[in-house]
Amino acid sequence: MSTPYAKLPAWADYGLIPLINLAVAFIVAGFVVLLVGENPFRAAVILVQGAFGKGTGIAFTLFYATTFIFTGLSVAVAAHCGLFNIGTEGQAYIAGLGIAIVCLSFDSVLPWWLTFPLAIVASALVGALWALIPAYLQAKRGSHIVITTIMFNFIAASIMVYLLVGPLKPAGSQAPQTRNFLAGAELPKLNWIIELFGAKIRSAPLNVTFLLALVMAFLVWLLIWRTKLGYEMRTYGHSPKAARYAGISETRIIITAMMISGALAGMMALNPVMGDQHNVAIDFVSGAGFVGIAVALMGRLHPVGIVLAAILFGMLYQGGAELAFEMPAISRDMIVIIQGLVILFAGALEHMFRPYIQALFASFSPRSVGMEAVKGKGA
Amino acid sequence: MAQAAIELIGINKSFGAVRANRDINLEIARGTIHGIVGENGAGKSTLMSILYGFYQADGGEIRVGGKPASIKTPNDAIALGIGMVHQHFMLVDNFSVLENIILGAENDALLKSSIAKARSELERLEREYGLEVDPDAIIEELPVGLQQRVEILKALYRGAEILILDEPTGVLTPAEADHLFRILKQLKEQGKTVVLITHKLREIMAITDTVSVMRQGTMVATRETKKTTVEELAELMVGRRVLLRVEKGEAEAGAVKLAVKNLTVRDSRGVTMVDDISFDLRAGEIVGIAGVAGNGQSELLEAISGIRHAVSGSVMLDGKPIDLTGKADPGELRDRGLAHVPEDRHHVGLVLAFEENENSILGYHDDPRYLIGPFLNVDAIMADAKDKIEKYDIRPGNPRLKTANFSGGNQQKIVLAREMEQDPGVLIVGQPTRGVDVGAIEFIHKRLIAMRDQGKAVLVVSVELDEIRSLSDRILVMFAGRIVGERGPEATEGELGLLMAGVEQEAAA
Repeated sequence: MSTPYAKLPAWADYGLIPLINLAVAFIVAGFVVLLVGENPFRAAVILVQGAFGKGTGIAFTLFYATTFIFTGLSVAVAAHCGLFNIGTEGQAYIAGLGIAIVCLSFDSVLPWWLTFPLAIVASALVGALWALIPAYLQAKRGSHIVITTIMFNFIAASIMVYLLVGPLKPAGSQAPQTRNFLAGAELPKLNWIIELFGAKIRSAPLNVTFLLALVMAFLVWLLIWRTKLGYEMRTYGHSPKAARYAGISETRIIITAMMISGALAGMMALNPVMGDQHNVAIDFVSGAGFVGIAVALMGRLHPVGIVLAAILFGMLYQGGAELAFEMPAISRDMIVIIQGLVILFAGALEHMFRPYIQALFASFSPRSVGMEAVKGKGA
Repeated sequence: MAQAAIELIGINKSFGAVRANRDINLEIARGTIHGIVGENGAGKSTLMSILYGFYQADGGEIRVGGKPASIKTPNDAIALGIGMVHQHFMLVDNFSVLENIILGAENDALLKSSIAKARSELERLEREYGLEVDPDAIIEELPVGLQQRVEILKALYRGAEILILDEPTGVLTPAEADHLFRILKQLKEQGKTVVLITHKLREIMAITDTVSVMRQGTMVATRETKKTTVEELAELMVGRRVLLRVEKGEAEAGAVKLAVKNLTVRDSRGVTMVDDISFDLRAGEIVGIAGVAGNGQSELLEAISGIRHAVSGSVMLDGKPIDLTGKADPGELRDRGLAHVPEDRHHVGLVLAFEENENSILGYHDDPRYLIGPFLNVDAIMADAKDKIEKYDIRPGNPRLKTANFSGGNQQKIVLAREMEQDPGVLIVGQPTRGVDVGAIEFIHKRLIAMRDQGKAVLVVSVELDEIRSLSDRILVMFAGRIVGERGPEATEGELGLLMAGVEQEAAA
């Protein structure tokens, strides 16, 4: 007895269903806005205008999106190997340490275009090493990766707090953060790209890390679908037994996938640290690692989907901040509720409307459902 | 003919664009045993699922006992006196027989009265139908034959007048199957109606009164069993003439390719599954390992193919030992010319979520033919997949299609094509035709014999005795982890059946 549901055409699968999920999330969010006594339509307008209305808004949206692309890719790479890396948050946080060491050492002697590659390597390396221990424990001892990576988030947070209130804090400073980097560790802004299109920008943190994120998205696509390693990771992710049969080493593939995932998570730190704050401060990741899980799920673990989902979440962050500013009844926490609804409908309840849409498609045009391939026609 | 117990009139059911059942008309007479045969995907299971309330028909009418019936859930079916014994048992393993029987039919919040009632009812059923089973035994401690009996008792306890059995003999020894048939005959004598779904034509001939044949969603014929033949039924099922027994010449056995000596394998719980087994496999012969599922054949295959750790013994491939520590690299064994078609193609031999072309390199993805540096050579992989699709007549012939969307027979062809096309010296095959339809079985058997004729050594493990007998040059029978006998292909089914059941162990050893 095979599944009674037909397959959908790709455009419905990857376009229509996410849009419907998103629409439902916004409708429910609209009711929440209504409950606190604000006009949901005006709220929606403010949100979208805040995110895309002006040049500055777009730049902020893309700045946030950069962060989410990295964490989304990180979660996706592990997920393709059947591993749920919930430790993206901690891997990104601890990678801040690697960046701090590079930047504080070289920012007075090297130009940014030399510091940047060093910082990329340092962030990726520290992130990867932070993922290595849970990966090793999973591969060799069977300790569940979800548990160990969560614990490593706490360990990372504690280490960073210790370092930022102690060794890394400049003497005499009251703020738990490193000293500000010099020009040699400040990444150039990308605002000029948006200005090319005629928009005006006051000051916004969008920087070259955005381009790095797009390059990494392409490299992840290459890795997953075009390399032997990606093939092995996907095999293990779908069926560990098939991987064993195919002669793929479980230990090696788990450790490799997790280290790549950790490296991507680590690179996320480049964006706020070198691109925006120019220092390493306490809690600079602020939940981006967890948003990465939603981004990866919503993007269907595909780099293109992840970039789009990251921009959506960037919009919610930026537009949400504007909304909280414009509508006093809507607080910062309300924005979190709206984001939560998007995650709920687009991530957790992703398949809620699928059967109905499939039934609809099947009743309108059975041909479009692409079922000619399924059993019955074979030999 | 007696009055109809069930009438199906113009039943239609589609899944998306696939019409699983089209205009099915069927009349099953009360007090008879009615067989339904057809290839996989012919629509047998869908039809029975409609009758049992799992699916709703898109159109058509069901009449039970002459009255129109609306069957929306299995509970409706049970209320109408229809019971079903599934291919995969629906029993709670760590419950007793009694507890399983009352499951879903408990009358009270407290179990005591239900159990007492069930116990007396069970005694009555035992007396009437000869269905003996210890009501207090725990399910997981019972052999499968008895578990199946519990399933039948469950249906009868719920007042079933019409009993549907879906592929009931797949897991039984020939002796257990015979016992089941005796029970079914007794049920018939007591006026019950039995519907038997199977693809084993021999069983149809042995036990049914009437038989209906399905092909591609339609009911192509209904015959009185006495007036038809196996050949006619096979032809009706496939739509063309089928060779039921592959024709092959004498084997010309050559040098020993694979030598298994005193091999002992335990499973993860520490139970000895393979117990001190020794045999040789020579070039140019097919050795078949017969046995009821679960007697150590799976573990034997896994140990030889380097996937499972062996406790002791040795396996020599072309005179050189295979690493039996369970850490062997199956990839290295492939390089040494050992190809393995695993029993479980859904979880081991294939990744169902992959495209067909991706599965056609599984295990051989290290081969430089498919790689450019660290990258997959997509063009080469596609060309290779297309080549195999052509040679092995894999349908539909689209290498980009998801593997899960191929039928069982075609999935098996994907695995076989991959392993055979590597030109291995030794081919070990687990359940070559499990869940594969008649047309593809013929094709696969011919291929295996062609491999043998090219001088390859082929080891076949199968629970299908017919398959073992028609393919093998030598037959080894496994029981409880040991080889209890070796026979030639001329051995009778009865003889092998006794060995498989563990009888005559002494005489055989």
